[in-house]
Amino acid sequence: MATFTVNGEERTVDVPEDTPLLWVLRDELRLTGTKFGCGVAQCGACTVMMDGTTRRSCVTPVSAVEGANITTIEGLDTPESQAVLAAWEALDVPQCGWCQSGQIVSASALLYEIPDPTDEDIDRAMAGNICRCATYQRIRQGIKDAAKALEA
Amino acid sequence: MKPIALTGALALLAAPAFAETVNGLRTVNEFAAIADETERSTALFEEMFAVISHPRCLNCHPVDNIPRQGDDLALHNPPVVRGDGGMGAPGMRCSTCHGPENVAYTTGAGSIPGHVPWHLAPIETGWIGLTPAEVCAQLKDPERNGGRTLAELHEHNAEDGLVGWGWEPGAGREPAPGTQEIFGELTQAWIDTGAACPAA
Repeated sequence: MATFTVNGEERTVDVPEDTPLLWVLRDELRLTGTKFGCGVAQCGACTVMMDGTTRRSCVTPVSAVEGANITTIEGLDTPESQAVLAAWEALDVPQCGWCQSGQIVSASALLYEIPDPTDEDIDRAMAGNICRCATYQRIRQGIKDAAKALEA
Repeated sequence: MKPIALTGALALLAAPAFAETVNGLRTVNEFAAIADETERSTALFEEMFAVISHPRCLNCHPVDNIPRQGDDLALHNPPVVRGDGGMGAPGMRCSTCHGPENVAYTTGAGSIPGHVPWHLAPIETGWIGLTPAEVCAQLKDPERNGGRTLAELHEHNAEDGLVGWGWEPGAGREPAPGTQEIFGELTQAWIDTGAACPAA
């Protein structure tokens, strides 16, 4: 049993304590925007916000989120995420789209901390978000465009 | 005769007179036979170095800005950087993946290591590529040991939780030699004998 906040709503789930948060989000709470990619924190597809920072939900047992505040792609709604989504749409960033919820969560988290990131900042923040379609150039451009929109 | 034999056997169990290692690390008693105090101190440090030079310790004591992983000191994957306070970069902090404790993978063998806090050692305390003599000199230099006195260095080695993780590293990783308790005792004995350093 674990109780925590997901996208502003308190939720209680009755699952074994070692159940990964990703399983809980997708199978128990039906929030399927967060994706399974590798299961070993190597790809970033499962990235969510946990108490204000990025977190790989595939390696986060539900016992570790007791009382935490989780935001998934479904609930992400900040100036940064809005700017990222607008830039993503304008540039058609996704190809297959599988990794994109994780990319958008990480990109929004980066812009929250660094409103005008350099290429190096982007490389460092996004290094753990793999895109099998290799849309990296559009992701980078999308982050830069979102930064410009936030500055305006 | 029987009681005497039994007493003798119990004495042997209580205080073994033969070489004692615990998980591959010699205990302080093993150095008592070295009469010269400086030689004993040096030998104690060399035993400490068996812990210091283990991948569980070296991986987070790099001399550059990239953590290592595995028993071969491989570059960390995903490619992460030291960042402020050794905690990673904005948007990709150590805590993005490393939680408060080791977590077994649900989808296969192995685990992701975890502890609070989880971070790199300061760059001036880096060890990878250094000789025992260089590490020894570094450990005694407050400019390069995190500003610690020798007593505080002992406390770090004997009691720090992240240091202790080296002996509880989770599935798929070999623990550091010995135990943290023995590492602490070796450190104290090294200090008590003058904290001598090896020549090389």
